[in-house]
Amino acid sequence: MIEFTNETLANGVGVIRPVGRLNMVSAPHLGANIDALISDGTVRLVVDLAGTDFIDSSGLGALITGLKKTRQAGGDLRLANPTAQITAVLEMTNLNRVLQPVASVDGAY
Amino acid sequence: MTPRQLTPRGLTLRELTIRLIVLATAILGLNYIIWRWMVSINWDAWWIAVPLVLAETYSLLDSLLFGVTMWRYRQRDTAPPPPAGLTVDVFITTYNEPLDLVMGTARAARNIEYPHRTWILDDGNRAELRAIAEAEGIGWITRSEDWANRPRHAKAGNLNNALLATDGEFMLILDADQMPDPKILDHTLGYFNDRKMALVQTPQVFVNVPPNDPLGSQAPLFYGPIQQGKDGWNAAFFCGSNAIIRREALMQLGVMRYVSETELALNKALKTADKVVAKARRQLGPGQERLAAALNTVAADLQQVRRELSEGQAIADVTYRFQERVDAVARNLVAEDFAALHAELNSIEGLSRTIDVDGSLAVVDDVALERLSQRDWSPLGAVETVRVLIDSVNAEKAGEAQAVMPLATISVTEDMATCMRLHSLGWESAYHHEKLADGLAPEDLDSMLTQRLRWAQGTMQVMFRENPLLQKGLSVAQRLMYLATMWSYLSGFAAVAYIAAPVIYLVLGILPVQSLSNEFFLRLIPFLVINQILFMVVGRGVKTWRGQQYSLALFPTWIKSVTSAFGNVFLGRDLDFRVTPKTLQERNRLPWHLVRPQLIAMAVLILAAVAGVIRLLLGQGDVLGSSVNFVWIAFDLLIFSVVIEAVRYPGYDAWLDSNKTKEVSR
Repeated sequence: MIEFTNETLANGVGVIRPVGRLNMVSAPHLGANIDALISDGTVRLVVDLAGTDFIDSSGLGALITGLKKTRQAGGDLRLANPTAQITAVLEMTNLNRVLQPVASVDGAY
Repeated sequence: MTPRQLTPRGLTLRELTIRLIVLATAILGLNYIIWRWMVSINWDAWWIAVPLVLAETYSLLDSLLFGVTMWRYRQRDTAPPPPAGLTVDVFITTYNEPLDLVMGTARAARNIEYPHRTWILDDGNRAELRAIAEAEGIGWITRSEDWANRPRHAKAGNLNNALLATDGEFMLILDADQMPDPKILDHTLGYFNDRKMALVQTPQVFVNVPPNDPLGSQAPLFYGPIQQGKDGWNAAFFCGSNAIIRREALMQLGVMRYVSETELALNKALKTADKVVAKARRQLGPGQERLAAALNTVAADLQQVRRELSEGQAIADVTYRFQERVDAVARNLVAEDFAALHAELNSIEGLSRTIDVDGSLAVVDDVALERLSQRDWSPLGAVETVRVLIDSVNAEKAGEAQAVMPLATISVTEDMATCMRLHSLGWESAYHHEKLADGLAPEDLDSMLTQRLRWAQGTMQVMFRENPLLQKGLSVAQRLMYLATMWSYLSGFAAVAYIAAPVIYLVLGILPVQSLSNEFFLRLIPFLVINQILFMVVGRGVKTWRGQQYSLALFPTWIKSVTSAFGNVFLGRDLDFRVTPKTLQERNRLPWHLVRPQLIAMAVLILAAVAGVIRLLLGQGDVLGSSVNFVWIAFDLLIFSVVIEAVRYPGYDAWLDSNKTKEVSR
């Protein structure tokens, strides 16, 4: 139901690509992926949402938890390529003011 | 109408004659087929003997069902003039027909004399058509937004959509190529003075067909004796176009189907509910305790649904309260998520320095919370099977554009299924035998074959999905009337046996009957003769031969309709795997490839005849047996010869032109 294809770019930025639905069942997987990258020392992260069809409140929670953990580790977490439903949810909750999505992974940092 | 001479029992002489011939056909037919089964089968050659006797039994049953149809043959008197002030909508259904054609029909419809409103139901959603139609005061309807990304159900969907957009008490349904007569409503609405009358069907007759009707477009036996016979049993069929329907009957049908389908879906959902929830809980991994707890609540709520239903509470109330409880569960989950989320945000050091975290962020407003709790975005949706379960315990039909679908959507031919459902609710139908529309038939073999395949597939879908023999509310005779039409579409299999048997005899000398004794002929020939007499008396001069030819000659189409509908209904396969290639190149030469199976059959029959002659010359063949089979082959070839005419038919305009040239050259 959800898969992650992650990579680390040349500039040291970690890219997480959740493919599928980011919901109550899969949100813990996103958390685990973020934790793994941080413990490897990659603290500047981009979550590339191009393949994420859907997000619910638990998914949002996982993103914010990720933001907190990267900040604590001295890095940051940014969003790229949100799909229409995700943009709608971010706007409705005003979370786009915290996590302002960018149009591409390259433009994230 | 000619004055009717009545016999003492109230039958006209003609009706009495027909009944006597029907009785004679049945007796002589049974006399033959019982003897065939009991005495005559050559069991040594069972592999051809049994298929042949099955084919013959099929044909006899076909003939008996025809007899039952004719038993109640009736010619209706003219309908009384309709009362003034009925409200009528005239629907012209179109998808991609040329605008001129649609507008021609629409103008004729507008000119119908009885007051009415005319609507073009444009499934092609063409802005151009809308502009022309509205400029001429003709209504234009296309699918509402509800249909986006939902099953469209072809013509049935188009009509169902229009039913909700209009409000006339009656509706006249016309295909885009059926140009109505101004009197069509005046001559038919009077039947609805009978409060139980739901539907009046008038004939479909085509004006672009030469007298010899090479494509078998006209159906004079069906739009005539057969419909009149079905009418006698209160089973006149709805044929999709040129019919007037009472809205109340259709809506009642739609609502009742909705109720029974809802009950069915609910019972099914509740039956599997426990398993689904238990399985979902088992599949949750560590860290999913919240979801597991939510599922527990849902499971308890489902129990409550069962309890309330068994107490006899209304489905709508029970399911509504269930949905409310589920929504509350979802809202709690979302609220918890947001509480956690805000705790996180507030604890991120430095966040307030980079962006402005003020009151507006700290409190997610109720609108957002509500929206994120709704079913499509709800966290409960994380478990797909549970989401499906929750949706199915719901009186809305989320998968469909409209909860109420008055016209049946179980088949590609909506008419037969809808009509059968109306009859099973106790409504009546009438067949009015007067041409009240000028139709256009397909003019090329390819389109004709596609159309016949669709009709046959649709009929088979209904047979498999809602078999008339199993429907509640139909009389025995009504069941037989529906069965009769379905049965006639099974002729393809019999045709194969009728081709194979003479070939096998002439080539191999194997006879599927024990002997061609006098008894065989004495039992068979009277039946064949009386059967043809029945057709002659019933048809009274109408040309039934084309129909007889096509019922065997299109055997590949009929067989394909049965196998593809079976695959569709029982194996979930697609009905249409056929792409219509219409390149110019192919139009330039005759489409022989469309009738390849028939051409092969003809070649095999001719070769078999040659083999038979050779065997006779060598002294191996039996003269009597061979002669019978030669006649049989000649008959088969005569039947199949229709496809050659059909392939060579250039279309109506070209036919007219060539006839003009002939006259001039004379």
